[in-house]
Amino acid sequence: MALSDKDRIFTNLYGLQDWRLPAARRRGNWDGTAALIAKGRDWIIEEVKNSGLRGRGGAGFPTGMKWSFMPKQSDGRPHYLVVNADESEPGTCKDRDIIRHDPHTLIEGCLLAGVAMGAHAGYIYIRGEYYNESLVLEAAIAEAYEAGLIGPNACGSGWDFDLYVHRGAGAYICGEETALIESLEGKKGMPRLKPPFPAAVGLYGAPTTVNNVETIAVVPEILRRGAAWFASFGRPKNSGTKIFCIQGHVNRPCNVEEEMSIPLRELIERHAGGVRGGWDNLLAVIPGGSSTPLIPKEICDTVLMDFDALREVKSGLGTAGVIVMDKSTDLIKAIARLSQFYKHESCGQCTPCREGMGWVKRMMDRMVEGRAELAEIDVLEDVTRRIEGHTICALADGGVWPVQGLIRHFRPMMEERIAAYKARRGSPQPTLPMAAE
Amino acid sequence: MVKVTVDGIEVEVPNGASVLQACEAAGKEIPRFCYHERLSVAGNCRMCLVEVERAPKPVASCAYPVADGMKVFTDSPMVRNARRGVMEFLLINHPLDCPICDQGGECDLQDQAFAYGMDHSRFREAKRVVKDKYVGPLIKTIMTRCIHCTRCIRFITEVAGVPELGATGRGEAMEVGTYVEKAITSELSGNLIDICPVGALTSRPYAFIARPWELRKTDSIDVLDAVGANIRVDTRAGEVLRILPRINDEVNEEWLADRGRFAFDGLKRRRLDRPWVRRDGRLVPATWSEAFTAIAARLKGMSGDRIAAVVGDLMDAEAIVALKDLMAALGSVNLECRVDGAAIDASRRDFYTFNTTIPGIEEADALLIIGSNPRQEAPVLNARIRKRMIAGRFPIGFVGPRGLDLTYPHDWLGEGGATLRALAGGGHRFNEMLRKAERPMLILGRGALRRPDGAAVLAAAWQVAAENNMLRPDWHGFNLLHLFGGQVAPLDLGFVPPPSGLHPQIEALWLLGADGIELEQIPEGTFVIYQGHHGEAAAARADVILPGAAYTEKDATWVNTEGRVQHGRLAVHPPGEAREDWKIIRAMSEVLGRRLPYDNLVSVRARLVEINPAFSVAGGLERHGCEDRRGPAGDLSALSDAPFVMPISNYWQADVISRASDVMAECARTYISPATPMAAE
Repeated sequence: MALSDKDRIFTNLYGLQDWRLPAARRRGNWDGTAALIAKGRDWIIEEVKNSGLRGRGGAGFPTGMKWSFMPKQSDGRPHYLVVNADESEPGTCKDRDIIRHDPHTLIEGCLLAGVAMGAHAGYIYIRGEYYNESLVLEAAIAEAYEAGLIGPNACGSGWDFDLYVHRGAGAYICGEETALIESLEGKKGMPRLKPPFPAAVGLYGAPTTVNNVETIAVVPEILRRGAAWFASFGRPKNSGTKIFCIQGHVNRPCNVEEEMSIPLRELIERHAGGVRGGWDNLLAVIPGGSSTPLIPKEICDTVLMDFDALREVKSGLGTAGVIVMDKSTDLIKAIARLSQFYKHESCGQCTPCREGMGWVKRMMDRMVEGRAELAEIDVLEDVTRRIEGHTICALADGGVWPVQGLIRHFRPMMEERIAAYKARRGSPQPTLPMAAE
Repeated sequence: MVKVTVDGIEVEVPNGASVLQACEAAGKEIPRFCYHERLSVAGNCRMCLVEVERAPKPVASCAYPVADGMKVFTDSPMVRNARRGVMEFLLINHPLDCPICDQGGECDLQDQAFAYGMDHSRFREAKRVVKDKYVGPLIKTIMTRCIHCTRCIRFITEVAGVPELGATGRGEAMEVGTYVEKAITSELSGNLIDICPVGALTSRPYAFIARPWELRKTDSIDVLDAVGANIRVDTRAGEVLRILPRINDEVNEEWLADRGRFAFDGLKRRRLDRPWVRRDGRLVPATWSEAFTAIAARLKGMSGDRIAAVVGDLMDAEAIVALKDLMAALGSVNLECRVDGAAIDASRRDFYTFNTTIPGIEEADALLIIGSNPRQEAPVLNARIRKRMIAGRFPIGFVGPRGLDLTYPHDWLGEGGATLRALAGGGHRFNEMLRKAERPMLILGRGALRRPDGAAVLAAAWQVAAENNMLRPDWHGFNLLHLFGGQVAPLDLGFVPPPSGLHPQIEALWLLGADGIELEQIPEGTFVIYQGHHGEAAAARADVILPGAAYTEKDATWVNTEGRVQHGRLAVHPPGEAREDWKIIRAMSEVLGRRLPYDNLVSVRARLVEINPAFSVAGGLERHGCEDRRGPAGDLSALSDAPFVMPISNYWQADVISRASDVMAECARTYISPATPMAAE
């Protein structure tokens, strides 16, 4: 059962229509916003909770619950909404399409989310490379101000709400919520220790909630159509619609809004024209952006695309960036490239991530050639285990999961590579010992 | 208070304490690199990971707050594995050049690798190498050894208040440095060496000199500023090789100013290591008995009131009391200790001490600084002021040169006498801040009293204190900040002229380390005895030179600016024939036929207590309020409008020891020579 057009939230995802305010209004944005605000803060949070919406930024934390962590009464400090548009996860490009083609869904969502958390100011932290997108967003915000939709007495609701766009400088780590806050404050983007959580001490020391673009952008439609409508899609606890970014070895790479819990195979075949060379040519899929472990074809055959189903197969929905790899792929090389990415993007704060990512990357480079000992696969696995869960933020976890996934499902391939190298070149020369050793 | 169970041991810790503190309360050692009690929590080294019941991942104990009923495990398989992992990660890119590393033997990484690490490395890749950086003449960097704990960044930013260090680059490429290569401009920079857990920041003068286990360690007191920082003098074979701070929360916490730490090489240069006697207009080497005979011959028959004695800034109480007693025996009351001409009123102790005390600064809620640059005069005390400022709600007013960087923001009120008069009159805008405060304090610099109207400055400052709620039975907010460790003891011992003043015709002058004295004041033909440790101008003027001991070379009593009495111990013997100063005077007294009644340290110290009971307590200090609001003598109307001049223009060469030091000369060249304007500006 595919999602029918009438149930789509992002009706201009492909930019076939104009993104500007009049067109957006015709699509239903900004319809009755004041009435929604009038229903009050608690109602909004309750609706979002009932809708079962889980954060679309990767972790899948229930959004309504997250909002309810914000203090009910201000203690004199302002509250802030921060929207994470630092979409840098390799394989993910959903927020970009929302911002450039459907910015008013986001802006309206910001206002409603702001009301829900008592925030009179919102910051959209947009990835530096999204230059054109930031121009569209700025223009859309200007339109909204012009029309009185945000700003003082937004939509005539009596709620004052200002929205600012801040461009990042292109660091993956700034997509981590506390690093994002640091960066927004003008500091080096390094994740903060938690606790305290942003809802207690966030931006400029004030209560703050950081949400992904897609999370915020679906809120107006949920409130307009009701929590039950949204919850009717997908399996329980994994409800709603979701934008999937399908790429790699498929015939028609695309972004598509689909129902949650759609089978992976159906998703690929219905929307992306199937795997290049047919389903049987499939080797593996990274289902949720680069930091989720890959799953081999036999799991892809049946797995459903939602948080819990993918967690059961030791992967994750992440940001739903589906990277499809057919049998022509050098999987080890692909994962080694991801290791290089995470090594490069580690902020350098925590020891395991700073030192370990380089180590993993270098071992992976040797694995690509096969220039290693068999036992080193275990060393590699063990090193990833010692990185995972020992750091302040989750970058390290996301950085080692792909390697763990590779070892879990394709260990024979790695062993074969090593054996082939040995057959060709003899045992690998150990790197020269350092003078001090 | 919350109850926490650590490895089955139940402890109670205050709300908001960290898990690490709870573990320490339970007697469990938690390894750490980035955590430091006196710095903010970074939580990035991940060495202090512990297991907390129901937490899915190990938590960084330094940053994790305790909760009631929490169960912590510090020795579970999860914890051991985590520590081993972190240790392995730290070591993969650490050079392991321990045999040539100056940190060897006192290295946190070495110790913790031994205790918590693995016995082998699985790392087969090439190690990272980082280019060393120049950060000044005091600190040597070997940046490859850096483990990125960021303690140095936090120290220089938070404690020293000179945010010149930071990290550039990301991930593996992260490097600690000064952004643009330059010398760090902090007077507390030496503490970076102590705070660095590995050998990335080491002492440049101490490089490749010694191993810690070769050193004899002697507890002593720093006298090169008036804070009286507690120090440890490390020596080998009769030579001072380095000086480190000792922890004393009442005085210096665990910091030490750069002059106190690095000037000691001056103890080996330009020393007076034998007596000298002037014969036919030239100083010639002599024996002790020749020197004593020469003095006895000149003083014989001289009227006692024609003899005067002056003590300098770095003298210990024992020497001072001996000289005072000798002068009394000779019938002289011509005593002076204020060689800098500061108009200090010695009639009451609270006129010339730092009454609020150094820890008391943290209780104050408003501060007025008059004619003092504490950053240069007492860097460690300045760090205390900064610490108080960071805690918030602490207005600081400053009277003195405009635009000084004190390492904290301050309200510049004016340049000199005119502003002080306005403050004393009560009509200045800052009076409002002082009046609103519950525990206001002021710091008057000794330098501000070194002018013709010094007495008026003192009286005016006292009046500011009296009029602004600083003088109360429960709070004493009047503070005089001295410059050197030997400036309070002579005041405590009454080494000052009688009210009638010095005799106008002095024929013989005994200079006890009085290096700052203006030699032009000494009339031609005066017989000058110089007793001290360094041959500077005053020694050159002398007719007889008696070689004395520097502060590291004697068991001595020192009084810091607070009036805190502290004992330093002999770390090395004085060079050559030089002797401890009170013993020289005691020996001289015998030659003069005026034998002083003490033969050992115990009896000299008993004599100190006899003169001033304050000497009976060493180390501790009674906090006291102000019972008597009557001020020092001094005519307010004499106060001139002249701006205050800071007494120290060259921090690195402010005293006789540091002027003899090559290291300090290098600093002076780096930081204040006009040839290299970058560094000091």
